[in-house]
Amino acid sequence: MTDRSADVLPVNQSLGGVTEQLAGIPLHFPARRRWLATMVFACALLLLLMVSIAALFTRGVGIWGINIPVNWAFAIHNYVWWLGIGHAGTLISAFLLLTGSEWRNSLNRFAETMTLFAVICAGIYPVLHLGRPWYLYWMFPYPATMGVWPQFRSPLEWDIWAVLTYLTVSLAFWYTGLIPDLAAARDRARSRGWQIFFGITALGWRGSAAHWSRWSQAYRLTAGLAVPLVVSVHSEVSLLFAAGQIPGWHSTIFPPYFVLGAAFSGFAVVSIIAIALRFWFGLENLVTDEHLDLLGKVLLATGLMTAYGYVFEVFDALYSGGPHEIQTLIDRIAGAYAWTYWGALVFNFIPLQALWWRRVRRCGSALLLISASVVVGMWLERYMILVTSLYRDFLVSSWGEFTPTFWDWSTYFGTIGLFLVPFLLAIRFIPMISIFETKELLHEEQEERHGG
Amino acid sequence: MAAEAYGLLAEFGSPEALLKAAREARGAGYRRLDAFTPFPVEGLSLALRLARPGVSWIGLIGGFAGAAVALLMQVYVNYDYPLDVGGRPVYAISAFAVVTFELTILFSALSMIAAMLWQNGLPRLNHPVFAGRRFHLASKDRYFLCVQSDDQAFDPQQTAAFLRRSGALSVELIPP
Repeated sequence: MTDRSADVLPVNQSLGGVTEQLAGIPLHFPARRRWLATMVFACALLLLLMVSIAALFTRGVGIWGINIPVNWAFAIHNYVWWLGIGHAGTLISAFLLLTGSEWRNSLNRFAETMTLFAVICAGIYPVLHLGRPWYLYWMFPYPATMGVWPQFRSPLEWDIWAVLTYLTVSLAFWYTGLIPDLAAARDRARSRGWQIFFGITALGWRGSAAHWSRWSQAYRLTAGLAVPLVVSVHSEVSLLFAAGQIPGWHSTIFPPYFVLGAAFSGFAVVSIIAIALRFWFGLENLVTDEHLDLLGKVLLATGLMTAYGYVFEVFDALYSGGPHEIQTLIDRIAGAYAWTYWGALVFNFIPLQALWWRRVRRCGSALLLISASVVVGMWLERYMILVTSLYRDFLVSSWGEFTPTFWDWSTYFGTIGLFLVPFLLAIRFIPMISIFETKELLHEEQEERHGG
Repeated sequence: MAAEAYGLLAEFGSPEALLKAAREARGAGYRRLDAFTPFPVEGLSLALRLARPGVSWIGLIGGFAGAAVALLMQVYVNYDYPLDVGGRPVYAISAFAVVTFELTILFSALSMIAAMLWQNGLPRLNHPVFAGRRFHLASKDRYFLCVQSDDQAFDPQQTAAFLRRSGALSVELIPP
């Protein structure tokens, strides 16, 4: 990944030009009409979420399709899906920073922003699923007059600590990386409002050498902490499953399988956003075909690792010899929900194979379609893991079926609005591509060109 | 003399020119130096003889504090309200591992970022260097070296001449 033989960014552009271009996106926003149209659409989805939540809070979780064998469905399924998408942002920004893969410099800012809002979408789901959400505060250790405390030996309790830590650290890391760029935008701002906005958010950053050296150390070390954090958070999600008694949730591959699946779906969303943004704002000089090529390779690699998880899961069920494990395997392949299993396989892994060809990886529209297919595939995978295990557990008398209701779907589509609205606002108000990191890379490439 | 100005701000066109000038200034006996760059420049803290940042130690202490807080909290709540679930151990280190790990990371990361801001003296509403006419370029594509007026060797005329000789594109006296 540290291959630096080829230039990622075209070297025939000036550092000043890049600064003006990137800081100019919030300051002199292009594509106003497109942005507005998307914002209206996103607000409509957000409104749908509000209505769905209001209906849920007044009428209870019975409005969803969940029932007693399938008591975890859309809520946990979408929770895992959103959280997984979020993980790629941290991986791209923290893991690739530590491995010195500087091509990430054009992608990390919006990938981190995606992480923040995807984690928020994930985080509201367990709260909605509580049934009595007004008792949410029972999850926190406070000296209650009843004398009770939260149960720290329960995965549900781990979950709230893991997600809140992940959200806080992601936010802190994102903001730390943003400070120098807010200063750059402040120095370019001409109108009073923007000067005050960026002046306050940049915290008075002036790019002093002593500041940069402390900043670099703090930034790199936080990145070093964020990588194991991602692994721990999604492993913990898989432990939510493993701590249940249901067949099909006990394969030892689960933690890495979940983490890799998360990275897989997340990189797909990063690709979608990268292609959309570069098309919207004419950023072909910064998000180059080289970036798409690298994203395609990462997508292919994480996809194949996820495929290994599928193979191992089947092996694990057969090797265990447990009749219920094997029954669940057969239910997945040929049961009432077989379409989710085969759907996941087809959407995740069939179009993906096109990424073996360099020409496909470098083509924006092809990569966009493949990524969209992966996002759908991973959604089906999470559905499959939950529902196929739950609808037929150990006792035949407790078998049942799950059909999503209107409110299941409306809440799910609503969370897409919850993701899009703040993301669009972020695009509007802050530099969506890291200005100083782009310049750092560009300067390095120009130096190498002069030296060679 | 020292009260009349904050220092002299010299502008350079490339990180390499700045590094060369910073080394020359150190060589000429200037000690109160600071540089302003649009991105972190490798070797600059060495050229300016800046102390190694100590943020990592604070991160380490924060990490230990987080782990300690998490373990003590979980042990205490189980001591205060023991919940016997089928005879499983009340003090279950394996079950406490997740929250302990999360709080280790949380305390460590937040303490490092807070320490970075604190030691840098940020947030801060204004600073004398912002008065520099060309200083807004420090976040674009110019690299600035500042010789502060409290330097023993500082002299407005001679220092300015010295900076021009080291290749500065412009030299400006910054009011205090």
